[in-house]
Amino acid sequence: MNTLIAIIGLGILCLLFEIFNLRKAIVPITIIGLLAVLGLTISEFNSTESYYNNMIVVSKFSTTFSSLFIILTIFLVALSHNFYENHPTKISDYVAIKIFLLAGSVAMVSFGNLSMFFLGIEVLSIALYILAASDRLNLKSNEAGMKYFLMGSFASGIILFGICLIYGAMGSFDVIEISELSRSAELPVWFPIGIVLLTIGMLFKIAAVPFHFWAPDVYEGSPTMTTALMSTLAKVVAMASLYKLLSVLNADVSEAFQIVVVFISIASMTLGNIMALRQTNVKRIMAFSGISHAGFMLMTLLSLSTSAGSLLYYASAYALSGIAAFSVIIYVCKNRDNEDIVNFHGLGKNNPLLAAVLTASLLSMAGIPIFAGFFAKLVLFSDTIEAGYLFLVIVAVVNSIISVGYYFKLMLAMYTKEPNEERKATPFIIYAVAVTAIVLNIALGLFPSFVLDLLA
Amino acid sequence: MNVSLILIILLVGAFATFLSGDKLASKVSLLFSLAAAVCSIVLLTHFNAGENISLITQWITKPNVSFSLKADGLSMAMLLLTTVLTVIIIFSSFGNQYKNSKSLYALVLFMSFAMAGTFLASDGLLYYVFWELALIPIYFIALIWGNGDLEERKKAVVKFFIYTLAGSLFMLVAFIYLYQQAGSFLLEDLYKLKLSQTEQLWIFLAFFLAYAIKIPLIPFHTWQANVYQKAPTVGTMLLSGIMLKMGLYSVIRWQLPLTSLAAAEYKYIFIGLGIAGVIYGSIVALKQNDLKKLLAYSSLAHVGLIAAGTYTLTIDGLRGAVLQMIAHGFVVVGLFYAAEIIFRRYETRTIADMGGIRVQAPRLASMFLLLVLASVALPTTFNFIGEFTVLYSLYQVNIWFAVLGGTTIILGAYYMLKMYQHSMLGETNVKVFADVTMNEGITMVAIIGVLFFFGMYPKPIMDLITPSLEEILIQINRIN
Repeated sequence: MNTLIAIIGLGILCLLFEIFNLRKAIVPITIIGLLAVLGLTISEFNSTESYYNNMIVVSKFSTTFSSLFIILTIFLVALSHNFYENHPTKISDYVAIKIFLLAGSVAMVSFGNLSMFFLGIEVLSIALYILAASDRLNLKSNEAGMKYFLMGSFASGIILFGICLIYGAMGSFDVIEISELSRSAELPVWFPIGIVLLTIGMLFKIAAVPFHFWAPDVYEGSPTMTTALMSTLAKVVAMASLYKLLSVLNADVSEAFQIVVVFISIASMTLGNIMALRQTNVKRIMAFSGISHAGFMLMTLLSLSTSAGSLLYYASAYALSGIAAFSVIIYVCKNRDNEDIVNFHGLGKNNPLLAAVLTASLLSMAGIPIFAGFFAKLVLFSDTIEAGYLFLVIVAVVNSIISVGYYFKLMLAMYTKEPNEERKATPFIIYAVAVTAIVLNIALGLFPSFVLDLLA
Repeated sequence: MNVSLILIILLVGAFATFLSGDKLASKVSLLFSLAAAVCSIVLLTHFNAGENISLITQWITKPNVSFSLKADGLSMAMLLLTTVLTVIIIFSSFGNQYKNSKSLYALVLFMSFAMAGTFLASDGLLYYVFWELALIPIYFIALIWGNGDLEERKKAVVKFFIYTLAGSLFMLVAFIYLYQQAGSFLLEDLYKLKLSQTEQLWIFLAFFLAYAIKIPLIPFHTWQANVYQKAPTVGTMLLSGIMLKMGLYSVIRWQLPLTSLAAAEYKYIFIGLGIAGVIYGSIVALKQNDLKKLLAYSSLAHVGLIAAGTYTLTIDGLRGAVLQMIAHGFVVVGLFYAAEIIFRRYETRTIADMGGIRVQAPRLASMFLLLVLASVALPTTFNFIGEFTVLYSLYQVNIWFAVLGGTTIILGAYYMLKMYQHSMLGETNVKVFADVTMNEGITMVAIIGVLFFFGMYPKPIMDLITPSLEEILIQINRIN
């Protein structure tokens, strides 16, 4: 609860800075503020409390995931400084929206009431719609924002409909009450229908097949900074809240539910990977790779009671490598009109450090050992085999092999092609974010217990 | 003092080399690899004195993974092979100028680190991590410093990477499955498992995919010749000298003891595959014009025989396989080095463009001849002992296997001597050919010295590996 209040306070502070003309201080102050919030969140780690009639419930699950979101936001805000150089007057808007987005994310993992959950997802989504269209004069960005808004509001409507049906069945928005009632033998038929609608809405947010069509276009059209946010923070938030929703609603008891999850998971990773092979735009590659990673993360839904730690670990590994990769993409594609793979030619010669960071993050996403991505896949596979889905794991393994194809396409472009033109020296902040994110990723890989045991 | 020291030296060496700058890189890396080799010899004396040089600590609590390095005779032999060959490989590259050499030598040391780790690890997951780590450096070495057309090289190297990764991911699934049964990745815990024959067969096949691609066995060998040809000689030496042995070592250490029922049931098929590799590799080698490709196919033939030896599940088969692994490691590095020496002077690998080198460079010609003879298993060379023991074990299983496997010596002599004749003898070449330099001579003499010394006196290595192989054999023969 304190986390949420502090984050919103920080967002308002950002807006005030604009009024007092302190634009230069916004990014540093926000980062310091977020670090303080991170400390606050970690200090609440062991407390389990509920506030305002169970509207917000602080638990281990919510504090660990909130910490992850805050860390990701710190990276994203740090990158903003460089990215929005050309729009100095709007920096406070961009940063404040990101902070409010973070508030929505925190609400989405610490809700104790479905109405609070809906508030959270709306705050997150509206912030994302704005950010997607934030490059006002660019037609593509406008298109992306519009597309995302139309599809996203549709999904929100479906979620709301699902919540209503659940309310109709159970007579309450409170998840604890719903959870207790759902254990009784006789359930009205619209309770499962409500869960299905809720799940569909969330699958849209995490861009799982067959609700993924918006992702490549929106990722491509949005400003790179927003794409980074969508593919790391937003995806992880949606996945974590879907996990929490389904586990509090006891959805996993039904056999049919598990079959559907297996199907969607296989479809997401296979389609995402195969489509990614054909892309030449790096943002689209990341979009499809994100779809396939969503498929991987969906595997945690098969063992809802035990795999929270695995999900946290996978989410951290994926998001950290995503941040590292996107900071390099932001650097490379700055002041270019597109993000074609051609722009990455010769990066290995031009800028060996950033090329190495991008290589490492791609290797992590591909699941090569010592990077966190490998252990993420390992614990995921281990959980899934334990739940009795060996077949799904074999499909996932085949998909990991396919994914190497397009990750390596990017690496080959960096190391074997001649550079097109010289690039200027890079700002310190991009180096700092890229290197810190990848070092954190490798540290997670060397000491996986540190995160895995948090939610054990 | 324990074996982790070697890993630390190699890893620190990789970083130090990277930081030392392009001019010093080769010398710094040589220094660290020498330190590792000396250290492994010191550790060997400690090991022979009966000291415990293994290391086990908890690494990850859930899933239960230990950082466990276990040194027995087999591991120590492979470790020595790795560290000594790394010194030779680094030293052999002194005559070449590489762009960005600090990265190259750092990657070589890093790869050596990963391979040493693979030979030592006795925890399934740790082993898997090292196994995969070894893949990344060789990918970059072959891709960036390789030779030939870039597009073709890219194709060959990416194919190699995806192939090997695909194989090892199935091995990972097998390990996770075993973990679910045993609750631990530790080799000794996995040994205690009682698996049904069907389970064993699937696990055997998952392991087999990983190892057959790495070794490589027919029909998973298609990546090999191209990558050998395109990679720089340093990379080719690392691949053929040490990395292939990772696959063969793993068969002995992991695959056979864990899935002994399946291995015993289907051993004829796998011996057959190995021998098919012998015949196929030898026949294709006959037709090669490119020296490196010829050596690649000869390598395919030799490892096919080694693999056949391991799948016989007899003590002679295992012992012969390990001896031949070491012998082949040295001889193949020597042969590729000879190819590199010729390339440095003639800028060609096509055998037809050579010829008449013996007149101009008698020392090179005689050393090359010794290596060629060792490679075709002439008595008094180390290769003879290895190959003979393997053939003997094949004979114990079925005489026809021994007859077919024996063709490796006949065909090998044919294509190797033919190659020697076309490259070294014949008309004097118009192009000038300088004889071996000091550095080149030292490297060659060292390799030849090892091969002949152990060819005449193999007892130290026999004594080192036999007890651990007997232990593994007990494990293979236990009644499930």
